[in-house]
Amino acid sequence: MALNITDIKRIAHLARLEISEQEANQTLTKLTGILGLIEQMQAVDTTGITPMSHSQDVVQRLRADVVTATNQRETFQANAPTLGNGSTEKAVDSGLYLVPKVIE
Amino acid sequence: MLAKKEISSVELTQTFLDRIAKHNPAINAYIALDSDKTLAQASAADVRIANGTAEPLTGIPFAQKDIFCAKGWQTTCGSKMLANFIAPYDAHVITQFDNAGAVNLGKTNMDEFAMGSSNETSYFGGVKNPWDFDRVPGGSSGGSAAAVAARLCAAATGTDTGGSIRQPASLCGFTGLKPTYGLVSRYGMIAFASSLDQAGPMAKSAEDCALMMNVMTGFDDRDSTSLNRPKEDYTRGLSKITGEQPLKGLRIGLPKEYFADGLDANVAKVVQEAIVEYRKLGAEMVDISLPNSQLSIPVYYVLAPAEASSNLSRYDGVRYGHRAAEYDDLMDMYMKSRAEGFGAEVKRRILIGTYVLSAGYYDAYYLKAQQIRRLIAQDFTEAFKQCDVIMGPTAPSTAFKAGEKADDPVAMYLQDVYTIATNLAGLPGMSIPAGFSNGLPVGLQLMGNYFDEARMLDVAHAYQQVTDWHLAMPEGI
Repeated sequence: MALNITDIKRIAHLARLEISEQEANQTLTKLTGILGLIEQMQAVDTTGITPMSHSQDVVQRLRADVVTATNQRETFQANAPTLGNGSTEKAVDSGLYLVPKVIE
Repeated sequence: MLAKKEISSVELTQTFLDRIAKHNPAINAYIALDSDKTLAQASAADVRIANGTAEPLTGIPFAQKDIFCAKGWQTTCGSKMLANFIAPYDAHVITQFDNAGAVNLGKTNMDEFAMGSSNETSYFGGVKNPWDFDRVPGGSSGGSAAAVAARLCAAATGTDTGGSIRQPASLCGFTGLKPTYGLVSRYGMIAFASSLDQAGPMAKSAEDCALMMNVMTGFDDRDSTSLNRPKEDYTRGLSKITGEQPLKGLRIGLPKEYFADGLDANVAKVVQEAIVEYRKLGAEMVDISLPNSQLSIPVYYVLAPAEASSNLSRYDGVRYGHRAAEYDDLMDMYMKSRAEGFGAEVKRRILIGTYVLSAGYYDAYYLKAQQIRRLIAQDFTEAFKQCDVIMGPTAPSTAFKAGEKADDPVAMYLQDVYTIATNLAGLPGMSIPAGFSNGLPVGLQLMGNYFDEARMLDVAHAYQQVTDWHLAMPEGI
């Protein structure tokens, strides 16, 4: 499956990664190389083979529906990023995280 | 033997801290150090030793790969994205070492988000191979590897998703083990590829690794993939390795695909010499085949990036990690924060992962890879009907020069050609020092059946009783 620049830009957008024209070109070359590597899989007949995601035959454990987490807001917010756009404050206010407006 | 009775933990720890102060600026094995915290743990350990509540690892100083969240410690995963992140909690592995009374010397350097085989993708710079400063230590656990090889710690932890404990162990000349998937809790271990990641010990000997396994393994209900199995003592067989032919009756499988093209001739020679030693120890060699071996790399480079693209989507600059200094709207904030916070290799793998999971391609790539994964695992199940342990090289070459493969992702990926299949199958794998080629260490890989770590450690220990490759130390450090 040959990739082109439009593909790279589309994938980058899906992955929320800003990519410059130059980076996109470099990435195209490197990614084409990597995809060539994984093309080898297509030669294998896998009809009827169950996909394997885990080596052990286990199921998702369940637990009682009770609250076990404690409120550690202050501890976690110590790692809050800097707000940016001219401000050196932490991106927090009244215990909430600050982000650009989402809903108009 | 991690036994110290003549000196205190504080003295021992200080010795290592002094060595780190002297050698780390050149080697760059450690990212984060905090001698106050470290020495406080050493003091606490001395109290336990004095009042008789010490355990085997109490007072012993370890290096922790910077992929483990350690409360109050800078925890970066080798990335700009987490350069200023102070972990608010301890990984289960860290808690286990703390409970055992071990001492944390500091956080070691690593390839960014564990993606790499040379430690060259770290935001904090490359790490020097203590055997030759022009060469890489391997990766992604490069910092831990250099710390063990240069004796900047008693032992270290690493993680292995495609070979990141074993390949550095081979390139730096020490013993490393990746346990069966599910034995060591991944809680607090920053995720790269969740179905492949597994933490393990990196130390001078099989015996040391066994002692570390006793501490690191065990059920943790905070990791949904943690296996609930009866507690094992991984040292239980070591003392029984005695006599002329301690491995009589052991069948060692030699996969023909691991001794074919792509393997450096000198590495092959060292591995063959190790096999001769194993014959002398009484083992019987069995020729086996792992027919789907050459598909390991393509399968891994679909599955691992796919899982990584999902795991790394949490880094959005909202609650922690890097946020761009300038951004217009939310989308712009995400796109810039991530583009700035991640290095080139990480971005490449996120892009591949996103592509193979995207609409229209999922069946052809991800699903296909999962199916071939089962075929690869089945190869091993078949092989283990004919043998007890599988042996071969760990890496296709000795340590390469820094920069040599940095521009060619595919050449770098091929470093993992012998280690990846064990991660895909979830099997345990080890690398032990087996000799040298042109002054550089060569590792012998052991692969075992599920949960067979104790036997593998015994088999490694037997070799380490009659050879001294594992005791070799680089000069001048």
